[in-house]
Amino acid sequence: MQQEPVSTEDVPTVIDLSPDEARREHQEQMARQEAERKDGALLQVRGLSTHFNTPDGVVQAVDDVSFEVGFGETLGLVGESGCGKSVTALSIARLVPDPPGRIVAGEIMFDGIDVLKLDSDEMRKLRGKEIGFIFQDPLTSLNPTLTIGYQIAESIREHMGLSQKAASDRVVDLLGKVGIPRARDRLDDYPFQFSGGMRQRVMIAIALSCDPKLILADEPTTALDVTIQAQILELIQTLSEEFHTAVLLITHDLGIAAGMCDRVNVMYAGEIVETGTVDELFANPQMPYAWGLLDSLPRIDDVRGERLRTIEGLPPLLINPADACRFSPRCAYARDICREQGAQLTSRGSEAHLARCWATEPEGWIS
Amino acid sequence: MTTTVETTPTPRVTDQKVLVQVDDLKIHFPIRSGIFKTVKGTVKAVDGVSFDVRRGETLGLVGESGCGKSTIGRAMIRLREPTAGTVAFDGVDLGSLSSDALRKMRRRMQIIFQDPYGSLDPRMTVGSTVSEPIETHGLAAGQAKRDRVAELLTLVGLDPAYVNRYPHEFSGGQRQRIGVARALAVEPEFIVCDEPISALDVSIQAQVLNLLTDLRSRLGLTYLFVAHDLSVVKHISDRVAVMYLGKVVEIGPPDQLYAAPGHPYTRALLSAVPVPDPTAERKRKRVILQGDVPSPVNPPPGCRFHTRCWLYERLGQPEECRTVDPPLVAISGEHQAACHFAEESVKSDVGVAHMEERSIRHGTPTKALESLAGDAARGNGNQGDPLQTPGGAMEALAASLGAHLPSPGAPVADLGAPGSSAGVPGPDPEAPNVDPQPPAPGTRPS
Repeated sequence: MQQEPVSTEDVPTVIDLSPDEARREHQEQMARQEAERKDGALLQVRGLSTHFNTPDGVVQAVDDVSFEVGFGETLGLVGESGCGKSVTALSIARLVPDPPGRIVAGEIMFDGIDVLKLDSDEMRKLRGKEIGFIFQDPLTSLNPTLTIGYQIAESIREHMGLSQKAASDRVVDLLGKVGIPRARDRLDDYPFQFSGGMRQRVMIAIALSCDPKLILADEPTTALDVTIQAQILELIQTLSEEFHTAVLLITHDLGIAAGMCDRVNVMYAGEIVETGTVDELFANPQMPYAWGLLDSLPRIDDVRGERLRTIEGLPPLLINPADACRFSPRCAYARDICREQGAQLTSRGSEAHLARCWATEPEGWIS
Repeated sequence: MTTTVETTPTPRVTDQKVLVQVDDLKIHFPIRSGIFKTVKGTVKAVDGVSFDVRRGETLGLVGESGCGKSTIGRAMIRLREPTAGTVAFDGVDLGSLSSDALRKMRRRMQIIFQDPYGSLDPRMTVGSTVSEPIETHGLAAGQAKRDRVAELLTLVGLDPAYVNRYPHEFSGGQRQRIGVARALAVEPEFIVCDEPISALDVSIQAQVLNLLTDLRSRLGLTYLFVAHDLSVVKHISDRVAVMYLGKVVEIGPPDQLYAAPGHPYTRALLSAVPVPDPTAERKRKRVILQGDVPSPVNPPPGCRFHTRCWLYERLGQPEECRTVDPPLVAISGEHQAACHFAEESVKSDVGVAHMEERSIRHGTPTKALESLAGDAARGNGNQGDPLQTPGGAMEALAASLGAHLPSPGAPVADLGAPGSSAGVPGPDPEAPNVDPQPPAPGTRPS
């Protein structure tokens, strides 16, 4: 028997004061938008490079990254720590701390707006309203000295110009929506009075508070237990479908990516090394790093007692990387060309499935 | 090269003699408040737990945060005084020992901690970290001690030349190897592995997991493997115990426990674990548990899980669950569960339905292994890369094609790549994790 984390029957489906009307309007608006930009993507990142100045040199944390997120789509950004997945998300939101970080090249188009050209006021209007955030650690991303109610209402008042009363009603609706019982009684509670899972629900309420078109979810469940993780993932999935919100989901967990995403980008050492629909990527991976990631996971549906195949060695430092495949020092299949020239992302059968690997190119030695 | 081919992985031989016996263990922490620090309540972190760990066995202890699994691990080597109950090591009650006798006994039991950053002293070199237990127990001195340290570092896959380096010069995985070397320094019989890979990246986790598996078979170690990740626990354990709110709710061999869980909590846990396979993910029935784990200060009466139990709801909230705390009872053989309605749970398909039709393990495709084998035959690969030796690649290929070669006890020296950032994969006798079963129709990639 499947149980719903949130009862969808007794809470209005769209958070607003007049649910039915708002819902209709919302849906019409969505339909209009979709018709207008049938081919356009919500978010287009082209040639994004973000560097950090460190005493040891310039770290090229994100190097020439390009991808798109469609309206209502969930795109996964998968990789190990230090691969540049979080910096990519921070760059989209222009939240890279400067100094030491700097977006040195690229273009980010969000719903027709050139994000990198906005001044800080315009950017503030975009963040929180059009783009919502869910971070890994719900304890440090909430302000411990402000009540939950205040923190959720903050962006609503800021971006939607609602009265205090209207804003507070909306907060109660939102909290109900994310599955916090007796929401009205809990408005004056502080974050420490909530458990980890509950805090993450509050974060989701804040992220959704202004009906954003995109949610950047950076390891949203990494700090949570597995049963709570399942609750939160289901909540993100249900709500993003309901509000037709696109999600950029950053995770190191391939299992989460498999269950949540429409498409997945695999990142390694600041670059996208493979991208494809979730089915293509998991069923027919085309890059030795992706093979290694899948091989090294113990799986719950595995036969026991098998030795795991591992990826030996460590990811490279991203200071002055050579023009070579960045995975080649750890790759069992590497040949001279891999060490002499970086590969390009090229098609593997379908338009959506690209990989950066000399060996699996059509003329490569593993094709 | 071995020529014998087996179709199932060989179960490890464990002799049935009990090494550590935990009997009705209770560990309660007082909650004090006010200026007089009066006791206002107790956190019942561990509340009446009994189990055995047999010599040579790996017992996996799983549960969510706060369930008491780490507390038990520490109590088992007496880093924590129990409130009640006993822990007996090789027949000796640890509570009865004087501190001197306990210190001697500690040589036989060690612990590997979760946090590879916090568990090493940043001001001690690798050499002094690993040699400290040797000195404490007076096992070696002078050149003998230095030789022993070098041997230990080699054993865990680190370059002995690193003895004079400090922890900050190492990555997380390497630090965890240092922690393992420190634990092994006194030649223990029993090691508590307290979430040893949770803080590491996926590819590094597999390296450390393989290291622990190899050391176990090479040194005949007994592990208590504490973890929250059910896949990892299944991978390494001979028996698994599932904990909820300070109690063991289910215990048994992983093949039975994961295939037919007798406790509804185990089913809920299993159903919540994401599987890196989109097809399997779409098919699965998830039990979403309501709410959070209740407070261990005031656990629910009767069965502690009834407040979140899907089976309790499905059976119409039987009174028994609210009033009687169910004991662990046998389901079949060694498999025990603490649920009044264990037989109902065993019958249901919740949580494990997706495992019946076992999905193909993706990862390195066969053609890649073939290419590797071909390269090696032509002498075309990276020299010194064992996967590229004819044997390594051939075995990997053979395994991927459906045969399991028995492990001849993987040579530990090949576990890591000391000092080489280029990384040298160890020869993996059973390398790829490819499903030996014929693929289910339609699931095999081209």
